[in-house]
Amino acid sequence: MERLKLVLQYFQSNSESISNGICIILALVSVKLYTSFDFNCPCLPQYNKIYSLGVMIVPPIILFFLGILVNRHTGVMMDEWMRPVGNRSKNPAVVKYLFSAMLQRALLAPMVWILVTLLDGKIFICAFSVSVDPALFTGLDILKIMAKVPCKEDVIFRNSSFRKAVSRYVRCHSQAVGWSILLFLIALGALGRLIKPCFDDHATFLQTRYWSNYLDVEQKLFDETCILHARDFARKCVVQFFEDVREDSILHLPHPVFITKFREEWEDEEEQLHGITKQEQVDQLFQKWYYNKPELDVTRIAHRPRACGVGWLTLHRGHGARPHRLIKTCK
Amino acid sequence: MDKFRMMFQFLQSNQESFMNGICGIMALASAQMYSAFEFSCPCMPEYNYTYGIGLLIVPPIWFFLLGFVLNNNVSVLAEEWKRPTGKRTKDPTILRYMFCSITQRSLIAPAVWVSVTLMDGKSFICAFSINLNIDRFGNTSLLKGMSETEKLRLLARIPCKDLFENQELRVAATRYIKCISQACGWMLLLMMTFTAFLIRAIRPCFTQAAFLKTKYWSHYIDIERKMFDETCKEHAKSFAKVCIQQYFENISGHMQSFHHHHHNGDSDSEDEDKGKSEEDKLLGIRAQDDMNKVLWNWHTCKPPLALKKHHLDDEKE
Repeated sequence: MERLKLVLQYFQSNSESISNGICIILALVSVKLYTSFDFNCPCLPQYNKIYSLGVMIVPPIILFFLGILVNRHTGVMMDEWMRPVGNRSKNPAVVKYLFSAMLQRALLAPMVWILVTLLDGKIFICAFSVSVDPALFTGLDILKIMAKVPCKEDVIFRNSSFRKAVSRYVRCHSQAVGWSILLFLIALGALGRLIKPCFDDHATFLQTRYWSNYLDVEQKLFDETCILHARDFARKCVVQFFEDVREDSILHLPHPVFITKFREEWEDEEEQLHGITKQEQVDQLFQKWYYNKPELDVTRIAHRPRACGVGWLTLHRGHGARPHRLIKTCK
Repeated sequence: MDKFRMMFQFLQSNQESFMNGICGIMALASAQMYSAFEFSCPCMPEYNYTYGIGLLIVPPIWFFLLGFVLNNNVSVLAEEWKRPTGKRTKDPTILRYMFCSITQRSLIAPAVWVSVTLMDGKSFICAFSINLNIDRFGNTSLLKGMSETEKLRLLARIPCKDLFENQELRVAATRYIKCISQACGWMLLLMMTFTAFLIRAIRPCFTQAAFLKTKYWSHYIDIERKMFDETCKEHAKSFAKVCIQQYFENISGHMQSFHHHHHNGDSDSEDEDKGKSEEDKLLGIRAQDDMNKVLWNWHTCKPPLALKKHHLDDEKE
């Protein structure tokens, strides 16, 4: 449990780590998908190849698109690429860096799928059993029979040594191709890592990496700030609405002597009430909330003078009444 | 247990995460339901197609509707759609955005069901076995001399292992249809992923500024509703507290005049602060009969929902 937490914490430490984590998860999903997929070779000469190559190629394309979709950097890159210049000049190096990072991560899961299929061999056996020269093996030499090699249950292969021999032969080829591709990719990656400093200016690279990380962080912070702002806006809008519904200003007063102890609580309660103290007012409040939502403007309440002490303020009203208002004033 | 708690905490960190969590759970539930469901083809020419295709289409519709039911934002959307304009103009783009996001999330579980069904192949085998041209699958001498209906009845029995005698033919035909079913499944997945890719990756090219605005305001509507509910709850609590205080005041006032009690907050007794606060809490009710009267009145004669506004002038007298 602790280990899992540590691992999760490490991966969430920065956005690059998160992207790497998601990329690895997608690769694991790809392996799981392959093992749970019930590969079903048609064993007919005209369909074997299409089916096998389809299963080898279509899922990687799907995984590639998925990899691009779940990567946060896709959105950041598109934003940076498509935005108007405005006050901030555009740096094409950053866009290129983000694009290549996104592409590399998106290519991992498809490569994993292709390698797993090649190392497993079923697909090659299904696709290429018809191409095997039956003269290499002792036995029957009809094309149709060759097509049925991937299918164990067929009655033709009661004596299955021929089938096993052909399967073994094709699987051997398949695994050779798989290992070669893996070796090639790893060699390419190693070579790229070793040679890159000779061609690229490391200082520029550091700058590009910094600014692409910055763009990602900036977008996250912008989203968070929008959420906090919406929350604040909503709270003020609702409070303003409550205060608008009351008919006249609220009146506070000293309490009857035997409950002086509860003065502070009373004040809090009165403040929470926002002046809505009657059933009709509450009903009217809900009616108004539905039929006549307030406009999206909290300037009034946002610019109210802040108050935080206790004192008395007398408001003079035009019609002669002298209501008093208990407000808290700042020191 | 710990693992679940962590997962819940992560999912509840914000509304979007929570919705995504529900969406994921429904997708898993959909896959699990399929594997738990016992598919049993009727193996009769009249019913095979209906059963096969029905099982492919009806559960996704059910999951789609369930997605709408479980999504909290549906009521927010309905409310925003139906409300009178009043002082706040309605923005159709916000409604469209909310509807699109709800629909996208609800489509995931049905898509999982359809994909799993197609990959498994049983549904297609059941539905389309009668349409097969059986000759190319093996030795069909047994079919010669059969009438059309008898042929159809024989073909309809292909999905059922125990009812079809020629196993070689059955396996070959099953494999063929399953292969087509899986090809359809992969094509469908490819199409859906490509569409999602076009929507999410290419959209920023066109309407980014408008999109940010729409996203902000639809989130705002959701939060505003929550804030309103919270404020109402707080208000109700305070209202209730003050109402009850006033009730006790009222009734204690009656008690005082009846019992000729003197209750003076600044009495010259030398009670400690603690004793005094306890006295205050009694609100003037000190006898069993008084308390009984309070409780009786609370049921038979509740106070009106109108908190009194005391006037400073009265008090000064």
